[in-house]
Amino acid sequence: MTVCATVPVRRRSLGLSRLILGLAALIAALAFGVSVGETVIAPEVIWKTLSNQLFGTDYPLRPIQEGIVWNYRLTRAIVAAACGAGLAVSGVVLQALLRNALADPYILGISAGASTGAVLVMVLGIGAGALSLSVGAFAGGILAFTLVIGLARAAGSGIGLPQAGLIILSGIAGTQLFNALTSFVIAQSANAEQVRGVTFWMMGNMSGVRWPDVRLAVPISTLGVLVCMAHARALDAFTFGAESAVTMGIAVRRTQAVLIGVVTMITATMVSITGAIGFVGLVIPHAARFLVGVRHDRLLPASALIGAVFLVMADVVSRVIVPGQVLPIGVITALVGAPGFAVILIRGRRQRA
Amino acid sequence: MIRLENVAWRAGPAVIVRDIALHVRKGETFGLVGPNGSGKSTVLRLVAGVLTPSAGRVRLDGIDQTRLSRRRAARMVAFVAQQADTAERVTVRDAVELGRTPWLSMLCPFGPGDDRIVAHALVRVGMSDKAERYWEGLSGGERQRVHLARALAQEPRILLLDEPTNHLDIHQQLSILRLVRKLGVTALVALHDLNQALECDRVGVMQAGRLVACGPPAEILTPDLIARVFAVRANYLTDPADGHRLIRFALSED
Repeated sequence: MTVCATVPVRRRSLGLSRLILGLAALIAALAFGVSVGETVIAPEVIWKTLSNQLFGTDYPLRPIQEGIVWNYRLTRAIVAAACGAGLAVSGVVLQALLRNALADPYILGISAGASTGAVLVMVLGIGAGALSLSVGAFAGGILAFTLVIGLARAAGSGIGLPQAGLIILSGIAGTQLFNALTSFVIAQSANAEQVRGVTFWMMGNMSGVRWPDVRLAVPISTLGVLVCMAHARALDAFTFGAESAVTMGIAVRRTQAVLIGVVTMITATMVSITGAIGFVGLVIPHAARFLVGVRHDRLLPASALIGAVFLVMADVVSRVIVPGQVLPIGVITALVGAPGFAVILIRGRRQRA
Repeated sequence: MIRLENVAWRAGPAVIVRDIALHVRKGETFGLVGPNGSGKSTVLRLVAGVLTPSAGRVRLDGIDQTRLSRRRAARMVAFVAQQADTAERVTVRDAVELGRTPWLSMLCPFGPGDDRIVAHALVRVGMSDKAERYWEGLSGGERQRVHLARALAQEPRILLLDEPTNHLDIHQQLSILRLVRKLGVTALVALHDLNQALECDRVGVMQAGRLVACGPPAEILTPDLIARVFAVRANYLTDPADGHRLIRFALSED
């Protein structure tokens, strides 16, 4: 090993102050998510609930209010944050590996494949209970991604990196196919009504999220983000393509395999809890690039924080925008995301010109 | 320093290069010439480790390229490919800093030493005043110089350049080649311009995937060989100003 300087150059880190600002924004968003809803709950009740649950204090509270805060809203907000962070980081990684500004787990069909996998496990009982929903979702997600990449390569030159547009078209084909399969399986099954409906798997839905989901979503999302962070430099090295990354000492195949595995794991876990939520992985990375630049040591944590805040807020909006009704959260992310997609398309054209 | 032992590479059933035996000595600037599609780039990519030989062996400093870890290989060899573009909004400095990748790890982050190496690489290609410019605003020649600086930041002992003078204006062409020679590293350079190849220590001539000649340029690049390989007539002229020899080309049917 060579001797190296021990003092890192400061300007490359995200900056402690910005990190603290981001975390503060996340905590504020979580607090907001817990307090806003059909029943307005006073901040005092929230703090007392947290204190009762976490530190075993014994403030007298109405059980209904305490239950809403602790079991419904807090779980929902935490899962939304974990999901937003995980999906945004997945988007960053896919965009870097595929060198495509439009790549994201939803557009590339990974989410749709994960839905199908989860539905097969849930409705048909494939794996006879030995497989959990997330494992089924993971298998479905990997299968979908393999098919989409395979199709893009077959449609392109056959070897090397597929053209930018082809992979998106292949993703659309894959998404349609797996969404159709999901609908088919649900329609076939007699007990579909008791399980989860088609809209859940295709638009995403945060209702029904409870503590066991938190215990799955938070560790997976944290682990996923950390693994991606550990590969920040490798992701930078993909700037000029995979071949150039090889010549800069990156084990490209191993890196691609690990990171695509991690991205699929994050996406599959989130899909099995909340259904397929679109556009988070697409729009958030671009917003983060705008704020902190393209280097992954800054881009990944920034995307995770912004994604977390974004999805918590999107969940709040989905609960209050139509009085008396809760919209699927995917409706809100698509309302923000589809125009975002358009902006990225137009900017991409300007760059090429 | 670089030794190819009967190397071949196939893409499916098609043999792209075969029976390449070549030895590039330490500190030498070795030019690889040949018509389009003769396999120059493939040879460079084999040496860079981007491709793995279908037969034969590539040795770097005596070590089989396939036995080197990617990291160790990247500390030894830097490669400037013909087309490496990006749509990302990277600055010149960002791009050159990528060259430090094989020297960095989690325990060994980017430090002041790396900063100095990057700054020096930028100076050597004459891009230090444009370090904060964005990639999308650079001309083809500037991009090529950034890639060269990125390769220099890798501190390689072997530099592989695939037609480095493409997109460059005449002043940049001459200065890039002079720079490469001054670096004192072992350089394997694919070249289009035979007059530039004359400036190399030795040249290898590729034709249809084979190395057909190898040696000092003045001995190898005879009008006869040029006619056979490139299908053009070549005449050596002497510049009356300094006695420098150069080649003039004409179509054989003229």
